[in-house]
This record gives sequence, structure tokens and C-alpha cells, in this order.
Amino acid sequence: MVGSIFSVLLFPGFLFVSVLALYSEFIDRKIYARLQNRVGPPWFQPLADFIKLLAKEDIVPEEANRNMFNLAPAFALCAAVTAFLYIPLWSFNSLCSFGGDSIVVLYLLTIPTLAFFIGGWYSTSLFARIGTVRSLTQLVAYEVPLFMGILSAALLADSWSLRDIAFFYTQHPLYILLNSIGFVVALISLLGKLEKGPFDIPEAETEVVAGVFTEYSGRNLAFLKLSLNVEMVVGASLLAAVFLPFGLNANPLAGFFFFILKVSAIVAILSLMRTITARLRIDQMIRFCWKYMAPFAILQLVINLILKGVLLR
Amino acid sequence: MREQRKFKIPIGPQHPALKEPESFSVALKGEKILGVDIRLGYNHRGIEKACEERTYVQDVYLIERICGICSHTHSTCFVQAVEEIAQLAVPKRALYIRTLVGELERVHSHYLWLGVAGHEIGFDTLLMYTWRDREAIMDILALLTGNRVNYGINTIGGVRRDIDSAQTKEVLKAVEQLEERTHYYIEIATEDMAISKRLSGVGMLPQEDALRLGAVGPTARGSGVNRDVRRDDPYAAYEELSFDVITDTHCDVYGRTVVRLKELLESFKIIRQVLKNMPQGPIAVKAPRKIPAGEALSRYEAPRGEDVHYVKANGTDKPERVKVRAPTLANVRTVKQMLKDRFLADMPIVIAAIDPCFSCTDRMVEIKNVDSEKEKIISWPELRSLSIEWYKAQGVDFTKLNKKLGNV
Repeated sequence: MVGSIFSVLLFPGFLFVSVLALYSEFIDRKIYARLQNRVGPPWFQPLADFIKLLAKEDIVPEEANRNMFNLAPAFALCAAVTAFLYIPLWSFNSLCSFGGDSIVVLYLLTIPTLAFFIGGWYSTSLFARIGTVRSLTQLVAYEVPLFMGILSAALLADSWSLRDIAFFYTQHPLYILLNSIGFVVALISLLGKLEKGPFDIPEAETEVVAGVFTEYSGRNLAFLKLSLNVEMVVGASLLAAVFLPFGLNANPLAGFFFFILKVSAIVAILSLMRTITARLRIDQMIRFCWKYMAPFAILQLVINLILKGVLLR
Repeated sequence: MREQRKFKIPIGPQHPALKEPESFSVALKGEKILGVDIRLGYNHRGIEKACEERTYVQDVYLIERICGICSHTHSTCFVQAVEEIAQLAVPKRALYIRTLVGELERVHSHYLWLGVAGHEIGFDTLLMYTWRDREAIMDILALLTGNRVNYGINTIGGVRRDIDSAQTKEVLKAVEQLEERTHYYIEIATEDMAISKRLSGVGMLPQEDALRLGAVGPTARGSGVNRDVRRDDPYAAYEELSFDVITDTHCDVYGRTVVRLKELLESFKIIRQVLKNMPQGPIAVKAPRKIPAGEALSRYEAPRGEDVHYVKANGTDKPERVKVRAPTLANVRTVKQMLKDRFLADMPIVIAAIDPCFSCTDRMVEIKNVDSEKEKIISWPELRSLSIEWYKAQGVDFTKLNKKLGNV
């Protein structure tokens, strides 16, 4: 009992994932800054920002639905942290695991977007409302390729459980290369999910101020930001577990080191992508997702179906 | 079918897309823009009136502060008008130095614009890069004039600072470096997929509309209007310099971007010619303190378009009337046309594409009674008493001070 409370709350649960989230925010911001020829923040900046926001006044708009407005950040954070518990990090044994946990993780990763929607919608600000509508529209576009990209890897491994998927690919390391299209598709979809890079349409500063987050301040904003960063960590570790399952059978210390390296690398790729692109318009983004990403994801699915028939019979 | 709800969102007076206070009230249907109401006048500073209260020499510095980016534009334009009234023969070397500073200013303004445009379409990397490169030109301006923004190099009858051969070398070095960067930016702006997706076809302004609405500068030239004061009505040293007027027929934001970027290359050409052909001689003639009665209209091709100053002199050391028409005033009307049936996401870049400078533009405040929509003209004493009352309401009383100063 005490052991599981320790794992859920401290390590590798809530506290660890929060620290990791702040770390990946730092990686993201630093790389973004260095690529733009700026100095970038010191390592403790994300933590300092978090503490500062906690100390600020928490303003709830008069017109807003108080409960919904205050609950949305908590929902988003809880969902993202829960998803983390199902992902194999540095060994095959994740904290919780059952036969269909890959579906659950993907589902839990959708909840923050919906929580942002609820928070933004009930804040009743015009800018927030436009932002929420945009983020839902965007959800429809990136979710399908992301699901197909990750599930086609599961298809080849013949299991819906992340643990079994990771185990399968450790046994057959060369099969990882077969999933490279799915990896790229999932990586780009992840940008949409995290509202980063060319897909930061819902919070486009110059158009809708801060979109969903326009009316948020203080503690609520701090937790919203944290949940976005946790989402980034969870997304990165999910991709790492499914597409890059190296070092899972090594000793725990080396495995831990590998895990941090993999997450950092994926976060770095995400920052690189947001550095080199301009923001798309919402219609362009949806067209891009359905015209290029979805067909490629289907291609990966077809490839894996055929391979499964040929290779694994 | 139920009609989608329409709603109005306020872009401005305070909004992250805008760098200065002005108000665009946008009627939206989903993401689509149905109509835009533009309201200026948040930045009225009463500069024209202030000019009438000061001497000509003081006015040069006041006028320079109309704009923080094209400060040389305004001071040159004003000085030219005064020189025309006083019939001063400005030395050639002074004209060349004015041209040099003017072109350097154009370079830094266009670089600044490119960065802002990048920011508006969510491409902050472009902003960081262009503004880093722009520092070179700012340093050069500081080297030549002593200031980065308000150069203070103009004076009535010439310029205040000479340029020596060491400075010439520095300028040439910076120009060479910037020219290379400009080629790089032209490549980026024309070949990058995401940028061209956000720019082409956005903010269409066909040539006849540009002419009808009186667009000026790169906004007009991007719509294929071949118009440039530097060539059509040469001032300073432009008559003796050879350069091309860049036009583009895309008629959209992309066209305006291309025009600005290619104009940079022309500016480098002009700067090189100016430095090569700079004549020897004095840099200023002595101007009389009192300017004889008369009036003059002066035109200047600012980075943003044609700038017009009108000065009327009455024989004293203070002008009777100064009128400034900044280029943004001519261009701002086109925004309404450009935003028709576009998306909300295009709004920031379309507004930015005219390179607006609203604090330059605000010359007049029209007071309308909200209930009756009737216009009202407030005279100077009325305005003064109004402001005294306002301050009294805020708890500031000037009565004692006024008595001390002898004002009633």
C-alpha cells in the first residue's frame, strides 16, 4: 500500500513527471532560443515561472462558470499524469499495465484538449471561445493519424498492451525500422496535440491573444502550463516506448539514462520543427492532416498488415 | 438551416498583434471576416499645434519625433519645405548625406518590417534573425549621427555632421554584409512553403483599387502601381543617382514582401553610389532665424510610402501652420478592402503588410457626441479649461502654479 502510494505520488508518478515536465520545458525553450540565436533561459527558469505563477492572483472572470473554469486545469493535469503511469519507461514493467493500455493512454491524452476546451468555453471570453473552437477542430485533424501511427505499430506486435509492444520490438529490433513512416506521422501529430510549432493555431498570439488561456492567471495558469508540459513528456515517452524501445532490458540505471535521452531527443525534434516553420491557418492545417498525414498513416497500416501476413506466419 | 452566429471581436486598442493603439472591430462568422471597422485617434499628440508654438529650429527636432522608425523622413521633409520658402541653396554634400541617412533608414525600416511580418504569421525565428541583422545598420546610424533612432542630423540649410573616410569604410562593410543576408531572406521568403502559404493570395488589392484608394509606397508598388517620389519628383540627391523602382504584380501580401526585399537591394545600390560620388564642400549654409512669408509643400518617399509636409510661414521665427500627412493615413483605407472575405488568421499579417505606423498618422481628433452623432469643434481655450477641470477631478490643482506663472 505505502509502496504504491509512493510510486503514484512520488516516483515514477506525479512528482517525477512534474520534474521531467519542467526539464523538458527547459530543453524546449533552450533549444528554441539557441536556434534563434538567443541566449535562452537558465535551467531553473521553468520552475521559477511555475512558482511565480503560483504566487500571483487568481482571477476568475465574472461571467465565467466558476467551477468549470477552476476544474479544467486539474482535469487536464490528472489525465496527463495518469497516462504516464501506463507507459513502460526504463523497463518493460510500467506501474500499471493491462491488455489494452495503449488505447487507454491515447484516450487519456485526449482529455487535456477537452479540458482546455471546457475551461476556455466557460471563461466566456471571445478570444478564448475562438481558441477552443480551433483546438477542437484541430483535434479532429491530428487525432486520426496519431492513433493510426501508434496502433499500426501495435498491430505488428500483435498486442494492444504497451508493455508487450515494447517487449516485441526489443526482441526484433530491426522491425522498428518498418515503422518509420508511422513514427514521423505520430511525431508531427504530436505537434498538433501539444499546440506547438506550425500547429499553434488555437493559441496564436497575434490572432486570438492566448486562445484558451486568455482569461487564465495565477495558479490555474500555472497548472495549465504544467499539464501541457506533462502532455509533452507523456507524448514523448509514448513515442519512445512504441517506436524507440532501446535499453529497456539493460540495468535500471542505464535504462533510466536511456529514457531521459530519448525524451530529450524527441522534445528537441519538436522544438526544431517549431523553429523552422511559420504558423499555418486552421484550414491549411486540416487540409495538410487529411491530405498527407492520414494517407501516410493508412499506408503504414497497410504495410504492417501485409508484413504481419508475410513475416510472422 | 440555422444561420451561424455572427459576433464582433475587438482587435485593439490593446491587442498583441498591434504594436500601437488603434482599434479594428471585426465582425466574424466562424473564422470568416464579414466586415472591419477601423478607428484611429488613440495616439493624437497635438504635434502640429505644438509646431506653431516653437521656432523653426526647434520644430526640426519636434517633427523628427513624430515617428520612431522613419524619423529622418519627417525631419527631411519638413526641412525641405522650409528651405524652399527661405530659398536656401543647400550644399551638394549635405544633400548626399541626407540621402545616405535616408537610405540607411529605409534599410532598417524594411528589416524591421520583415521581422514583424514573421512574428505576425507565427514565425518568430525570422523575427529574431532579421532583428539581429538589423543591429548592424543601427550601429552604422549611431556611428554616423550619434543616435540610433532620432538621428538629429538635419538642420535648416544642411546637415549637422560630416562623414569621414573611416566611417565610409564602416558603412560599406555593413552594406556588404547586409546585402548577403538580404539575398538569403529573399530566398527564404520566396521558397519556404509555410511562408508562401501564409502570404500568397492574402490581402488582395488589385491595381485599380490601389489607385482608387490612394495607396502609396510598397503597398501600391506591390499592386503594380509604378510610383515612387524619389524618381517622379526627385529631392535631395536622387536626381543624380541611378536606381530602379521595384514593382510587383502579385497584388497580395507576398507581392508587398517581395517589393520590400528587392527595395533593400536598390537601397544598397544607392548607398554605394552616394558614398562613391559624395562631393566635397561645406555641409550647411546659414539659415535666417526668421523665415520670409510663403508656403511650400514637400514630398518624401518614406520607407512606408509618400510622406507630405506642408509649411506656411508668416515672416516670423515660428511657422503659421504645419501639416503632416504620414504614409499610413493613405494606406490604412486599403486594409478594409484587403480583409474582405478573408480569415481571422490573415488579419494580423494583412494589417502589418501596409507597415502601419499609427502614431505617425494621428493628426486630428474628431469629437462626436455619442447620443446625437453631431460633430463639435473645441477651441483652444475650451480645450484648456476642459483639461484643467479634468486634472482637478483627478485631484491635481494648477491654480496656484498658474498664478505664480502669471497665466489667468
